[in-house]
Amino acid sequence: MRKILVTLLFLLFGTSAFADCNIKSGSINILANDFPALRTFVETSKQCKGSADFKVTHSSEHNKIAVPALTANPSEFSARIAANSSIVPLMNQDLIRPLDDLVKKYGKGIQDSQLITIDGKVMAVAFMANTQHLYYREDVLKDLGIAVPKTYEEVVAASEKIRASGKMQYPYAAAYKAGWNLAEEFVNMFIGHGGEFFKAGGAQPNINNAKGVATLNMLKKLSELSNPDYLTHDSEAIKVEWESGNVALMTLWASRSGTLLDDEGDPNITEATKLTGPATVGGGNIPAATLWWDGFTLAKNRSDADAEATFRALAHAASNKKMVADAADQAVWLVEGFVPGPKSIGVIEAVKMGAKPYPMLPQMGLMHGALGSEIVEFLQGKESAEQALKDVEAAYISKAKEQGFL
Amino acid sequence: MPNKTFFWFFLPTGLAMILFIGLPIISTGIQSFYAQHDQVVKEVKKCDPFGCTVSIVVDNEETTKLREAKPLGKFNGFGTYVDRNHLAIDEIKKFWNETESFGAFVDQVTNLPFYKALIFTLTYCLFVTPNVLLLGFIIALSLNAVARKIRGPLIFGTILPMIVTPLVGSLVLFWMIDSQGIIGANIQNLMNDPYLSLKSSKTLTWITIIIYGIWHHSPFAFVVFYAALQTVPQEPVEAAIIDGASRFQRIKHIVLPHIYPVVTFVALISLMDNFRVFEPIIGFSAEGSAQSLSWLIYDNLVNEEVILFGSAAATSMMTIVGIAILLAPVLIRTWKEFKTAR
Repeated sequence: MRKILVTLLFLLFGTSAFADCNIKSGSINILANDFPALRTFVETSKQCKGSADFKVTHSSEHNKIAVPALTANPSEFSARIAANSSIVPLMNQDLIRPLDDLVKKYGKGIQDSQLITIDGKVMAVAFMANTQHLYYREDVLKDLGIAVPKTYEEVVAASEKIRASGKMQYPYAAAYKAGWNLAEEFVNMFIGHGGEFFKAGGAQPNINNAKGVATLNMLKKLSELSNPDYLTHDSEAIKVEWESGNVALMTLWASRSGTLLDDEGDPNITEATKLTGPATVGGGNIPAATLWWDGFTLAKNRSDADAEATFRALAHAASNKKMVADAADQAVWLVEGFVPGPKSIGVIEAVKMGAKPYPMLPQMGLMHGALGSEIVEFLQGKESAEQALKDVEAAYISKAKEQGFL
Repeated sequence: MPNKTFFWFFLPTGLAMILFIGLPIISTGIQSFYAQHDQVVKEVKKCDPFGCTVSIVVDNEETTKLREAKPLGKFNGFGTYVDRNHLAIDEIKKFWNETESFGAFVDQVTNLPFYKALIFTLTYCLFVTPNVLLLGFIIALSLNAVARKIRGPLIFGTILPMIVTPLVGSLVLFWMIDSQGIIGANIQNLMNDPYLSLKSSKTLTWITIIIYGIWHHSPFAFVVFYAALQTVPQEPVEAAIIDGASRFQRIKHIVLPHIYPVVTFVALISLMDNFRVFEPIIGFSAEGSAQSLSWLIYDNLVNEEVILFGSAAATSMMTIVGIAILLAPVLIRTWKEFKTAR
């Protein structure tokens, strides 16, 4: 009895003493994207807020808010959970502060590999990795005697076979929503073909070539095997398609696997849903996918007290072994103590296959934007691949000139 | 009203207009003539969990110096207005010289983002405005004719589309026309084409947005027309009935001339509203097939991770000019009538 009591007391006080980082003052306000792993991360950091104010905004529109909100002085948010692409505009506008002093003082549990250093200064602390990879329906592939596809050419062949069998009309799905999502699929496929977005040593575009054409043709083949509304489908929409059993092969973010494989929805579909690495394309040996990290950055236009409070709370989560053990299914954590589970296989395979990280270049956002709107007409069959690529380059050049990159 | 009274009466409104409409427009106009400073970049080592690379970043120290010297940016004159993403003067000249037929030339020009958006915006205006006027008028006439007892609920039902937030209204329709939604699936069945999608075809997307626009804007025209119909004097109508005029003749010769100024007013307002079409494009996720001028501005401001203030300002100024051109005939006409009335 006494033993139980002691254990209970230990649990009660042990956890609270462990969680509270004894932050006395300051206010914490976090801007983050909205998916389960990030919610877990922010919740974990909240446990240690002490007597500091704590606010959080989870929004899938985070990219649109970030720059204006951090430009204000004092800025609306004290921290922004960013990724390799979204840290770039913050760097371009000089909106985030170096973290070296705070890492030295409070970053005990953070591993060196988590630090994002630019020009020798720590600008962000990463806590999870992400990529887009293949998901497949084991039952459907088995029934038709199809091997798990390793290349996009095999994905196309497999999808055609599934369609011919009459099992599914639109067997393939990927987030092809015009705009950011569609451009991201182009980026993946172009990198899979071994393409470089810019001519060496400058900001001149370099996509109107054979690799660009091959990329577009592959995207078109895949789109023809997708639901005809593909231009309006984002990650959430294709997840719904998958859960309704309309799709047998899908390219989706690793971070979405948690909600895809949870208890909601048809248990037969959930059970037959399997994960594998990203596919290669065009005989290349690196996957047609980009590696991403998610990490936290601190706003420059905030007081030192706020920065300190925010860093301590977030560092608590970014070095929390309990969190990565409890939420091992939600993400591929970069935090010490993470044991990869079956849902991490996509990212781990991608790293093994030598996938490249998303290009962290100051002008990449402009290229991404131009791709998102200019390749739509090619997919709709209104324009040739060469014309579409020419349009992308022209749109990019005008914007890059206005922005001072060319 | 004597001019002096009018002046004092109008002063508060006038001040508010200068403060909240005039000054922002001037500021936008100035912004449109500037571009960002040339970016100063430097090569640095970047390390992340996936390894280290040497690549470029913006040199913030140098950039801050440049910005402090000239906070507005680099003077660009009409550079932004004529670049490829706006009026594209050079490109159009090139197309004119290179293309062989006029059709090919038009194809090339309508492939440019600004003209693509302009064409959608104008098409939307041209189809929605007259239909809104017509439908609003017909509804107002019919409701004016039904028994007073049921008029209240009917009017409420009719103005519902205007009460529903545009974004919500378009989202509801968006889900209905999904290839698995009630309208989308039925159309597929009717046409016997499982690949038919209202959302992937450009023409069908345009038609959907236009129908949505008519649905959303008609109640406004209806409300104004209905109010105007209450002021139609009964004596001439009764006289006309005695003279044996048909219902159509009464409307044409008595009702329409009476409410004519109101028609002009509704036409003006709907033209202005429709030229700024924006919400349905977002609601229908139709960015791929339909872009309007307002959407271009939005895209420049938020869709890229880099904000293009110059581009957005230039498109805004051209939208204002566009509205002015569209409204000119109606305004001139009103002005003439105003003068003759005196």
